[in-house]
Amino acid sequence: MSLEIAVAAALFVGVIAYAVLGGADFGSGFFDLTAGGSRRGAEVRTLIDRSIGPVWEANHVWLIYVLVTWWTAFPSSFAAAMTTLIVPLLLALIGIVLRGASFAFRKYSETLGQARLFGAVFAISSVLAPFFFGTVAGALASGRVPADGHGDLWSSWLNPTSLFGGVIAVGTCAFLAGTFLTAEAARGGQTRLAERLRVRSLAVGAVTGAVVFAALIPLTADAPTLSDGLTGRAAPLIVLSALGGAATLLLLVRRRYGASRATAVIAVASVVSGWGFGQYPWILVDHTTISDAAGAPATLQGLLVAVGVAAVVVVPALLYLFRLTQSKEWTSGAGH
Amino acid sequence: MSVHEVLAQMSDVAPTALASAEPAGLLPARQQMALSLGWHIIIACFGVAFPAIIFVMHLRGIRRGDQVALDLAKRWAKVSAVLFAIGAVSGTVLSFEMGLLWPGLMGTFGDVLGLPFAFEGLAFFLEAIFLGIYLYGWGRIPPKRHVLMVLPMAVTGVFGTYCVIAVNAWMNVPTGFRITDGEITDVEPWKVLFNGHAFMQFGHMWVGAYMVTGFAIAGVYAVGMLRGRRDRHHRLGFLVPFAFATIAALAQPFVGHFLGDGLADRQPSKLAAFELAETTGDGPSPLRLGGVLIDGEVKGALDIPYLGSIIAQSSFTEPVPGLDTVPVEDRPPVNITHLAFQTMVGIGLLLMLAVLLYWFMRWRGRDLLDHRWFLRCCATAGPLAAVALEAGWIATEVGRQPWIVYGVMRTAEAVGDYTARLWWVLGGSVLLYGAMTFGAAIVLRSMARRWRRGDSDLPSPYGPELVGTATGKGTDAGEERR
Repeated sequence: MSLEIAVAAALFVGVIAYAVLGGADFGSGFFDLTAGGSRRGAEVRTLIDRSIGPVWEANHVWLIYVLVTWWTAFPSSFAAAMTTLIVPLLLALIGIVLRGASFAFRKYSETLGQARLFGAVFAISSVLAPFFFGTVAGALASGRVPADGHGDLWSSWLNPTSLFGGVIAVGTCAFLAGTFLTAEAARGGQTRLAERLRVRSLAVGAVTGAVVFAALIPLTADAPTLSDGLTGRAAPLIVLSALGGAATLLLLVRRRYGASRATAVIAVASVVSGWGFGQYPWILVDHTTISDAAGAPATLQGLLVAVGVAAVVVVPALLYLFRLTQSKEWTSGAGH
Repeated sequence: MSVHEVLAQMSDVAPTALASAEPAGLLPARQQMALSLGWHIIIACFGVAFPAIIFVMHLRGIRRGDQVALDLAKRWAKVSAVLFAIGAVSGTVLSFEMGLLWPGLMGTFGDVLGLPFAFEGLAFFLEAIFLGIYLYGWGRIPPKRHVLMVLPMAVTGVFGTYCVIAVNAWMNVPTGFRITDGEITDVEPWKVLFNGHAFMQFGHMWVGAYMVTGFAIAGVYAVGMLRGRRDRHHRLGFLVPFAFATIAALAQPFVGHFLGDGLADRQPSKLAAFELAETTGDGPSPLRLGGVLIDGEVKGALDIPYLGSIIAQSSFTEPVPGLDTVPVEDRPPVNITHLAFQTMVGIGLLLMLAVLLYWFMRWRGRDLLDHRWFLRCCATAGPLAAVALEAGWIATEVGRQPWIVYGVMRTAEAVGDYTARLWWVLGGSVLLYGAMTFGAAIVLRSMARRWRRGDSDLPSPYGPELVGTATGKGTDAGEERR
């Protein structure tokens, strides 16, 4: 494997991690939004608060990792994508800012009225941010970012692939969050809540799966390069994703929540990987390859050192945090 | 015709009408960067300095079994949860803006300046992880281990600051690459990470962060004492951050002075602007207090002979090189740079004298905390330190203009090819940051109010028990305990 492919792989690991971990946090906003009024939704919202509170900032850093690795390793393609996709990126950014701020504000707000306002902002922005990121992915994958940047401000992301990308992003986020929250509720002994979330997760999963496979049809005309990749090189990953999704639905039906979480992660991680493999070797599809876009070799080596250090230092700390959140002491309402 | 269309037409006409004038997107992009960076930098100070202050308070609570200290540490942790959240998202805005606003810089130099950002990302990762562990660890992790969880945040905050500042220092003193036939070659990213100018500039920012945070938190308790709350809680809450701020305020003038050493060689145009030196004199330059440059003439300045040369050049005879040594097209906006620089220095010296006075009087057996005038000064010290920090950033950033990478790339070359519609983004950002500031202020105030009423545990405002008793808006959530 050449240096630039190694760095591109490390970059894409970040994309997958953000899609799965950050995605699950965003997806909980969908359940917050659809939880109902203050009284009916209180249980769901408290669960969401408890489960994403300790981890959302750590999960969010994957986005920073992706951005930094991208601009450092493949500078010109980064500049091209940012100038072309400024509109959806700004909209996603608004979503990120409002989501993070209002989530923190809601937790500490003084009155129910304030909590409702911040909660609504949190929930809506949690749905909007992944949608716009999905349109960005669609734009990159369908060859709408020219190598020199400053592509069309509107048609670059208002096209079939981008719009499907946006809807799929929202769906996969909600699907992940649904399985995670259902498992959390069941683990905390909230059986009734788990039942309610289980039904919704099943519905979200079925709809998202259908959209993913429906999207393959318009993609053949709108994004031929990606489409060839998805049905060719990346086909095993798409099949794996389908199997993972189906297994998740089955496990949810049979109330095997712990296992359903794992298969949901497999389903989402493999569909995102499928995108990556599908558009390989392009970084900006039909315009710039990974090798063409690569920056100075010394910098790529430096980046791999940074990634190595991160694997040694960050990953154990992250696993420790996740292990704590799954422990008995952290599941009960004690402490904070 | 709609406003949009008018603006679009204007922006289409503008480049031809103004011929070789600056790109339409340059000014809005610079203002956008100034707003988002200026906002984030204050919150970032808390991210850098607050963990260490919390650690000292928390450790004291555990070591001495001091419940007051423990309560303070716990409350500060909750305040930091709010500040870190808005710091994380406002920092993300900057990451995007690097590419959105300055594609010329990132597309050309991304692989030169990127490595420090990669390590900063690593530091931010650890900070976010341990923030989660520490915040949610109260009562869930054994106390002696729990207190240690705040330490990684203190360390990574410092390391992350170094990395970001290394990039800014590189923009001031570019290194680690060569330009051959217009192409960037011989990129040495480690040279950028460890560039010679980074360490001093980092020191200045790091100490500044402790001043802003220490004075701001101490100021909160000074206000409490002014309102007659003179318990041990307020005294301790004042003294620990004030001690941090003291050390920082005493060190800062020296750190800043050493940072400025050699500026005449590195960035003569910036030094000339700092000192408002319009021409190079024959003998020693005066220190020019205040004043503005209008049509090439200095007006309203108070000149102190010799002092300019002594401070800037460490010499009794050598003049400060003036703007006349800099080509007109390479000169920064002089007045903003000069006034911002002197605002920073003035406030810095004032704060140093204030802390000296406090500890001197204490040594002589008098506690100035019994005096209302001193408490009032302490209440304003936090905002003043923040103003000094902003002024310092304005001085160094505006003073580097018209360059984004000094001597190598002009800011006008770095900006994206946008129309004047970019002003709309700035307008939206003003609203967004305004709302975020307002939201944070409301939430922090209501936290303080609730704590004063004696509710140490914050309720879940949308929790079932509260909703059961709610009668609509304005419900006093503070009365509910989980």
